[in-house]
Amino acid sequence: MANQSVQDIIESEKVYEAGFITDVESETLPPGLDENVVRHISRQKNEPEWLTTWRLRAFKSWQSMSPPAWGHIDHPEIDFQTISYYSAPKSQLDGPKSLDEVDPELLATYEKLGIPLHEQAVLAGVVQTSDNANVAVDVVFDSVSITTTFKEKLAEAGVIFCPISEAVKKHPELVKKYLGKVIPQRDNFFAALNSAVFTDGSFVYIPKGVRCPMELSTYFRINERNTGQFERTLIIADEGSHVSYLEGCTAPMRDENQLHAAVVELVALGDAEIKYSTVQNWYPGDAEGRGGIYNFVTKRGLCAGRKAKISWTQIETGSAITWKYPSVILKGDESVGEFYSVALTNNKQQADTGTKMIHIGRDTKSTIIAKGISAGKSDSTYRGLVRVAPTASDARNFTQCDSLLIGSECGAHTFPYIESKNSSCVVEHEASTSKVSEDQLFVCQQRGIDAEKAVSIIVNGFCKDVFRELPMEFAVEAGKLLEVSLEGAVG
Amino acid sequence: MSLLSIDNLSVNVETSGEERTVLNGLKLQINPGEVHAIMGPNGSGKSTLAHVVARKPGYSIQSGVVLFKNQLLNEMEPEEVAQLGLFLGFQYPVEIPGVSNMEFLKASSDSVNKARSKEPESTTDFMKRVRSIASSLDLDQEFLKRGVNEGFSGGEKKRNEILQMLVLKPDLALLDETDSGLDIDALKTVSNGVNAFRDSSNGVLLITHYQRLLDYVVPDFVHVLSEGRIIQSGDKSLALELESKGYAWLK
Repeated sequence: MANQSVQDIIESEKVYEAGFITDVESETLPPGLDENVVRHISRQKNEPEWLTTWRLRAFKSWQSMSPPAWGHIDHPEIDFQTISYYSAPKSQLDGPKSLDEVDPELLATYEKLGIPLHEQAVLAGVVQTSDNANVAVDVVFDSVSITTTFKEKLAEAGVIFCPISEAVKKHPELVKKYLGKVIPQRDNFFAALNSAVFTDGSFVYIPKGVRCPMELSTYFRINERNTGQFERTLIIADEGSHVSYLEGCTAPMRDENQLHAAVVELVALGDAEIKYSTVQNWYPGDAEGRGGIYNFVTKRGLCAGRKAKISWTQIETGSAITWKYPSVILKGDESVGEFYSVALTNNKQQADTGTKMIHIGRDTKSTIIAKGISAGKSDSTYRGLVRVAPTASDARNFTQCDSLLIGSECGAHTFPYIESKNSSCVVEHEASTSKVSEDQLFVCQQRGIDAEKAVSIIVNGFCKDVFRELPMEFAVEAGKLLEVSLEGAVG
Repeated sequence: MSLLSIDNLSVNVETSGEERTVLNGLKLQINPGEVHAIMGPNGSGKSTLAHVVARKPGYSIQSGVVLFKNQLLNEMEPEEVAQLGLFLGFQYPVEIPGVSNMEFLKASSDSVNKARSKEPESTTDFMKRVRSIASSLDLDQEFLKRGVNEGFSGGEKKRNEILQMLVLKPDLALLDETDSGLDIDALKTVSNGVNAFRDSSNGVLLITHYQRLLDYVVPDFVHVLSEGRIIQSGDKSLALELESKGYAWLK
């Protein structure tokens, strides 16, 4: 038949544009993990003794823990001795550099990925309207931070934005005070592993009453073969401050799976607001499920003071496996937690993602909007927990989970948990599952829109409630990325 | 040159593993400037005809040719037929949640223009044009911001089809029971839309059960479809006759 069916569309070949390899000479630790490796990483980074001890304690904990088995995901057991835990381009051995000193190969990599490292530039494809449209970027390549832009401009506002390894040296009191406080080392298997071997990641501190003058963003890139990336990000918004932060991630196409186990901790003090957006586009593997990133990530925010607000927005299109639950602990009275998520899986990708909203303070509010899109033979799971403590009088939660199925061989699953220990709270949960129907497709085609574009229009409409939450510059990018993931999916 | 020329068209459809003949040697010609109405009992193949011409998947053409503006539609993709200037107003318009009416219309118009190697209409001009057409159909501006058919009433869905037709300005509009489920005021609004659309260069094919639509949109030809073929053709008086006598006398 000449007509394209939904099935044909999703079966066409996928294009992953970020799948190239950068040819740089790297210093990479041989695979394997023991105490010496942990010490070596700490030494590489010239860390103070307290941090080395902290890492070793995490490593001990990790050794006694086992990987979580409750996820709705299926993969061969990960052999942690076959992974290299540290890799850095040789040109970066002396730490992050100013732009003029960065290896041109590395600069070219980011140019190819559309990441603006020149301070005049903005995100590819977006017209710069004013000075405010600038985005400060920290770029992390394998285990090290390459460069951070707009440092001086941010410093004028008192904002600290630097690689965490630099923060350890320059702002030890802040790092010591908050590191591991939102996500304890023993929180889970992957958090313990990260605490032992974390390499780079970003550190942000927004002083009291300061509204961060521009978007902050970190771009993570895995390049070396058999290397894991274990970044650690810590963002502290002091009283009455405001920051919007975005992270993006890509990796080359390789046949082996690579591990990414990050930890992100957010602390919002009274009246502070943190908006954290993720566009995750790690290599998803090929159509047969070969290769791709195993993405086991722990992200949690603490609304420490009254009226603090933390908002997670995530667009998850990449990775062979995604296992992440960006959560909020609503400790301060009247604090607000939000989670907006689009998780798209295609081919043989698996995503088990969602959130936890832990209500402790009175009059705390949380909103969860989760959109799962499954195509091909993929599986997408929403897993969420809303817990209301006895102290959380008049807490409110609204949850909406919608699943969209494309084709007939994929799956969508929802595991919502609600635990309420305070009778004055109101918890609402709505869920729906729908399919991109042949009828919808035909309607679009009858209006002159080809099938590929039609699927992308339908999916974008489905995700609208989440895209609305992204910073303007990134909403455009996210729409395009979704289109590529499907269009890729759509040939 | 005729707009639509169908000759000896036979079509099968497979339902639950069984092949059925739904059109059987159908012949029909529509010239520019003409309005045709197709009537007939339930299950006679009226909607099927519209679907086959628009190349909806699921129908297999056994024999015959369908020419639109002298181009053979038999093997075309549905979007190619649409881009050529053929419009199907749906009997049951489908919801596309989260995609605003305006957004959808723009995507549609841009795709058609692109296929014809024409520049897309500027967003400002386009929105102005759509707003003015919407108000002619008694649709308020909020309507354009809502998701396509999302939570629309039956009448709104049908008026939305007419809105799309007037925006896209096709050469031939097939309107599949656009009048069903409309109250008398909505029927008048929809009819006014169709009358505003018709001119000496385009054509309209009305598929309907009721002659009352034909009081408002007066057809040049009326055809009766039965068991997959046209068994009687005439002018508007045929519709009146059918109204009083039913279909049985034709067999």
